[in-house]
Amino acid sequence: MSVQSDLLVVLAGVGGVLVVASAIGWVLGRKLSPDGRNEAIENLNDRIRVWWVMVLALGLAFLGGKTGVLLLFAICSFAALREFMTLTNATRADHWTLVGAFFVVLPVQYALIWHQQYGIFAVFIPVYVFLLLPIVSALRGEVRNFLVRIAEMQWALMICVYCASHVPALLNLRIPGYEGRNVLLIAFLVIVVQISDVLQYVWGKLIGRHKIAPVLSPSKTVEGFVGGALSATLIAAGLWWMTPFSPGHAALMGAIITVMGFLGGLVMSAIKRDRGVKDWGHAIAGHGGFIDRLDSVVFSAPIFFHLTRYFWATG
Amino acid sequence: MVSALLQMPHVLCQLRRQARFFPFSPSVPAIACVQTEVGYVVIRQNLAILSGRAIAVFARLVTAVQAVWRGADPGDMRQRIYFANHASHGDFILVWTVLADPLRRRTRPVAGADYWGSGLRRFIGRDVFNAVLIDRTRTDAASDPVGQMAQALRQGSSLILFPEGTRNLTDADLLPFRSGLYHLARACPKVDLVPVWIDNLNRVLPKGAFIPVPLMCKVNFGAPMRLDPAEGKDAFLTRARDALLALRPNREAAA
Repeated sequence: MSVQSDLLVVLAGVGGVLVVASAIGWVLGRKLSPDGRNEAIENLNDRIRVWWVMVLALGLAFLGGKTGVLLLFAICSFAALREFMTLTNATRADHWTLVGAFFVVLPVQYALIWHQQYGIFAVFIPVYVFLLLPIVSALRGEVRNFLVRIAEMQWALMICVYCASHVPALLNLRIPGYEGRNVLLIAFLVIVVQISDVLQYVWGKLIGRHKIAPVLSPSKTVEGFVGGALSATLIAAGLWWMTPFSPGHAALMGAIITVMGFLGGLVMSAIKRDRGVKDWGHAIAGHGGFIDRLDSVVFSAPIFFHLTRYFWATG
Repeated sequence: MVSALLQMPHVLCQLRRQARFFPFSPSVPAIACVQTEVGYVVIRQNLAILSGRAIAVFARLVTAVQAVWRGADPGDMRQRIYFANHASHGDFILVWTVLADPLRRRTRPVAGADYWGSGLRRFIGRDVFNAVLIDRTRTDAASDPVGQMAQALRQGSSLILFPEGTRNLTDADLLPFRSGLYHLARACPKVDLVPVWIDNLNRVLPKGAFIPVPLMCKVNFGAPMRLDPAEGKDAFLTRARDALLALRPNREAAA
């Protein structure tokens, strides 16, 4: 089958799931929260609305091809970086460093993907920016909190730009027998991560008893995690036809993506707790900020990228 | 370039005036002069509305600004004096951006004529934001900032003003208030005074910087207050200052 028809099948499938979810949300809303007071139901409906937006955005990006996908993730990186930098200790002495991060590092990283420069793409932020960024801040001569400030800014760039950019970078992998279909790898990654988030939430609500990380994320439970991870792994195996993997390998990839996504969520929660905020931002009603939605994708994307590259790609 | 364009009608009218004295110069009929004048006013107004929208979109892109209403009703159409902390030239733009459209149209910032007096800034200050421009240097003995502001209030506008009188470029949260807020409150005792804390914009555009850095900002609106008839100047200014400071986000948790 051609990549277009496969993509259509995927989008139709996701759309169908969302229609069912919206219908359930609507019925639940009518029955349990007629006056909009039931927080769990309202939150669920907010989430469903945001999933619609996400699916539409991804669908549009896929229509736009490589340009569309790169643009979408560059915008996500920008919004995420804006949220992350807000919570850092960066002061006015770091102004030029921040200008460089937003208006040089971010566009360059995505331009490197556009030009398929894997060699420099992989080291640009971890090596060059890592060395150059503290120089810009140091030249201003403000030493208070210096290590904290530059470490936070580097971390922000690693998470919001470097790791996030591994999603569109999947387009550049050359996998024998999978030419022209790489966009489906992105769909696979995003679907598995998001569905795992959803299923963990659902399993947790249904049978969750034992908190898995009470300090970091009081809503996450052992039952939710195990149930969500197992069912997401099964779904990943069922989606093997989208990927260059066999069903078994697709399940293994699904499990790795799911676990990394879950742990990524914990790490990002730890940062939020440290900074005393509940959400990263206020961009998305019911979801907090962009990072709140992207955290699990961001943590699993580089691992997924490198495993695929190492075992399936030729260069 | 923009200011040259906006001078055009005056040039045309001047040409007409000259024609009276030089019989062979091209005659510009009076109606053409009026038409261009009217045409330019319309173009200028539309340009101002478009520029206002563009500025608001840009402000949102950079700061993802969010209004937090803590005690004031965002839909209340009553006339108000918003008094805010002032650390950046973009402060009133941010407050203006988060106000709902009908409120926004009748809210005028109070700004220094020295900064917003000429060129493109004049266009932005006068035409886009319809600012009440006051002479901060007070070289002219006849200048009466409080009178200007009171007149704008009498015309039905709401005001955005910065009681510190100038941008705060120090590490302190707020500079001492000037007395203008008190005199204005006494001149217009029936108008609600709403404290507005603008958070984080000084990091977006710190002193001396000209490229804004994208960081999230919030505009916190506090509960409306009024001057108590028995209240003295210092007591009132202290109360207003405390009301504004109370809107600061809890830095202990955030830093």
